[in-house]
Amino acid sequence: MSDVQDVSPSTAAKSETMPKITFIEHDGTVHTVDAEIGSTVMETAQRNNVSSIVAECGGSCTCATCLVHVDEKWFSVVGPPSTEEEDMLDFAFEVTPTSRLSCQIKVTEALDGLIVRTPAYQGR
Amino acid sequence: MSETIKTDVVIIGAGPVGLFAVFELGLLDIKAHLIDILDKVGGQCAELYPEKPIYDIPGIPFITGHGLTDALMEQIKPFNPTFHLNEMVTTVEKIGEAAFRVTTDRSKVFEAKVVVIGAGGGSFQPKRPPIPGIEPYENKSVHYAVRKMDAFRDKKLLIVGGGDSALDWTLNLQPIAKRLTLVHRRDEFRGAPDSVNKMRALVASGAMDLKIGQVSALEGADGQLAAASIKGKDAVERVECDAILPFFGLTMKLGPVADWGIKMEDELIPVDTAAFETNIPGLFAIGDINTYPGKLKLILSGFHEAALMAQKAYHYVYPDKRLVFQYTTSSTSLQKKLGVA
Repeated sequence: MSDVQDVSPSTAAKSETMPKITFIEHDGTVHTVDAEIGSTVMETAQRNNVSSIVAECGGSCTCATCLVHVDEKWFSVVGPPSTEEEDMLDFAFEVTPTSRLSCQIKVTEALDGLIVRTPAYQGR
Repeated sequence: MSETIKTDVVIIGAGPVGLFAVFELGLLDIKAHLIDILDKVGGQCAELYPEKPIYDIPGIPFITGHGLTDALMEQIKPFNPTFHLNEMVTTVEKIGEAAFRVTTDRSKVFEAKVVVIGAGGGSFQPKRPPIPGIEPYENKSVHYAVRKMDAFRDKKLLIVGGGDSALDWTLNLQPIAKRLTLVHRRDEFRGAPDSVNKMRALVASGAMDLKIGQVSALEGADGQLAAASIKGKDAVERVECDAILPFFGLTMKLGPVADWGIKMEDELIPVDTAAFETNIPGLFAIGDINTYPGKLKLILSGFHEAALMAQKAYHYVYPDKRLVFQYTTSSTSLQKKLGVA
């Protein structure tokens, strides 16, 4: 007779297997959110109203307005940008050695716990 | 002072939806001029994803942004629209019943019976680098475009960026500048290899400088630059300069649309869904820039909006005529307009 636990099994199961990503915005706002495997870190940010991810081009790697700085401990797991992405980073500002475009980071199980920081300015 | 250009419709924005509007208007014998801030047609399709795939154009399983732009240009050819590229509309005023005056930043003046705003996410404008205190220098000694090369003769110039714009202007301005320094965040350039080689040769011969780093601070007074700090990997270097040209690509800004007296909501233009008309009769908004209950920012939605807009626009352009709806498949008169009958 438990009408207290109103969590449907599908939701419960889902959140157990969904990796968590933490976005730390430049003003200190922290969002720790569930990410869907196969989606991108940019899409995860947009679904969860992380407003410092602009993503003007919608994820085509052509605008450099979804820049994130990957936490140093996580950079080896996330990996470096492709050549195409590295070229686009030229259009971003205050790029660091762990900067990535979040539309080019696919969410996998290995990214559970990922921490990224977002910049104050994405060019607009 | 240029002569006023008189036309039926001015379309602001030559993206896919603006281009298709030419087709829908053309079928109804309505002539259009298109104005776009970019130097090419296609809008976001041309600027943001020319080589990227689009999978949701009805009847076309796969096409690139560039391919869709080309196909639309082919489709609207029979209607012979006039394009005004590299030009930004600065004002739109209603000057009478079915009469608007439109002016651009190149001092062109249009008079039209109908104005259609198909401006997408706004106008593409240069990205401004976040250098503290840059504002007073902008358009005085920090320039995002080169209008006249001669303005930079005998000047100490800093060009920032690693793409074709930065490299092309480096090669064009190096011969006339007093001293030119190219600043880029890494020692690799995505610009055309030939331009990169030419730039490297100039650096090797001592004719110009190349600094790897990011501009971090500016010095000067009254809008006139004296020097810039360039933060490299290990040190900050001071470089004297009279002008800086940053090339960080484009971003979409709403731009002057907000000043035209149109009712707006969160940088979008609310419209009715029968004709996609704004609160100002005869002024329409189609594509990504408009909003209404259920709005989806899809190219296909913009196409639908263009078709319905044209039906209403007809009544402003031809107030005394009755419009009979026809199909291109069966109407000889439409086929004649398309040049296929």
